[in-house]
Amino acid sequence: MRLHLLALLAKEPAHGYELKQELEQTFGSAYPSPNIGQIYVTLGRLEKDGLVRAVDVEQSNRPNKKVYYLTAKGRELLEIWVDEPTEGPRVRDEFFMKLVLAPLTGIADRMALITRQRRHYLSLMSDLNDLLSRTPPADRVATLLIEGAMLHLQADLDWLERCQEELA
Amino acid sequence: MTAVVRTVNLVKIYQDGAVPVPAVRGVDLQVEPGEFVAIMGPSGSGKSTLVHMLGGLDARTSGEIWLDGKRADTLSESAWALLRRKKIGFVFQFFNLVANMTVGDNVELPALLAGASPKVARNRRESLLAALNLTDRADAAPAQLSGGEQQRVALARALANEPALLLADEPTGNLDSRNTRDVLRLLGDVHKKGQTIVMVTHDARVAALADRVVSLFDGEIVDDGRITRRRTRTAGEVIDLR
Repeated sequence: MRLHLLALLAKEPAHGYELKQELEQTFGSAYPSPNIGQIYVTLGRLEKDGLVRAVDVEQSNRPNKKVYYLTAKGRELLEIWVDEPTEGPRVRDEFFMKLVLAPLTGIADRMALITRQRRHYLSLMSDLNDLLSRTPPADRVATLLIEGAMLHLQADLDWLERCQEELA
Repeated sequence: MTAVVRTVNLVKIYQDGAVPVPAVRGVDLQVEPGEFVAIMGPSGSGKSTLVHMLGGLDARTSGEIWLDGKRADTLSESAWALLRRKKIGFVFQFFNLVANMTVGDNVELPALLAGASPKVARNRRESLLAALNLTDRADAAPAQLSGGEQQRVALARALANEPALLLADEPTGNLDSRNTRDVLRLLGDVHKKGQTIVMVTHDARVAALADRVVSLFDGEIVDDGRITRRRTRTAGEVIDLR
């Protein structure tokens, strides 16, 4: 989350709660809402590393709030993040390991493993269908996020089918 | 309640020269009225052959096919044709619209063939075209339409005779994401109104709309189960944005 917060702060200084709201508004309901405690902990670490700095802003009738802004060092790190290629999607290989190794022990057969896994993926897909139908199309970031999840799942299912053809 | 589809030990063996190639090997399948069943499996697992046999487009080698409580596998080709007109709608991957007829006539024809009066057939045409958002395309030729529109026309045509059974073979196989979404929405809508659907698909988004998924492998059913809803609330449970 460090770099996401740096990116938001590059736009304008903000306090913790504003950052939480901005993340929620940008990614929509399709993404888990960030925990405010985690945001403050992350901001504290960024401050300690000299990537952001905080100023106290007085408020009438309320305790001071800390407004964070990006330092030159923070901006530099952000630029490196933006410029470098992003790690590709990691292969979720836990099931694959199970599929290859479990039958060797005699505690499971591959067809049963594949069948159970397929059902699991399909029920996830069905939930994503529901989620997509509840998401207004105008909410493009959330829609794209759900479509991305669907495409990843479809790839998992295609891979499962290949495993079935070759291993079962 | 009578099952819309029931097969008993259904077998299809193709003859490739002297070599018999089994495509479907003893399938027992029952589909209840109003059910939406997706058939999945690797290519060559017998999915399309199975659905073609259910529609009488491919003759079975052995076993039984019952549609709406009546034995169908022993029918002559012409009796199958009659049964299809009255009871079965078909949607294919490549639309198969009649090229030299307008969109509207493509939709109206099946109802006329099924014996509906011209007035009933016309009403059905109007309401289907309206439901599928195609009213202003009624006088166009199929070739003037995009792939997604053609598939919507094909779906309207398949539903024109109010079939007891809608059979679909990869209906979104040739469509991009957006058109897939439109066709899916329509399938979901007709299913909600009680349409029985048996559909072959590779697309998990499509399969996930069904009540039940039957998985074929090597011509046999290896899994048959309802899709459970888990109520995932976020896409983040599937992909992790770090």
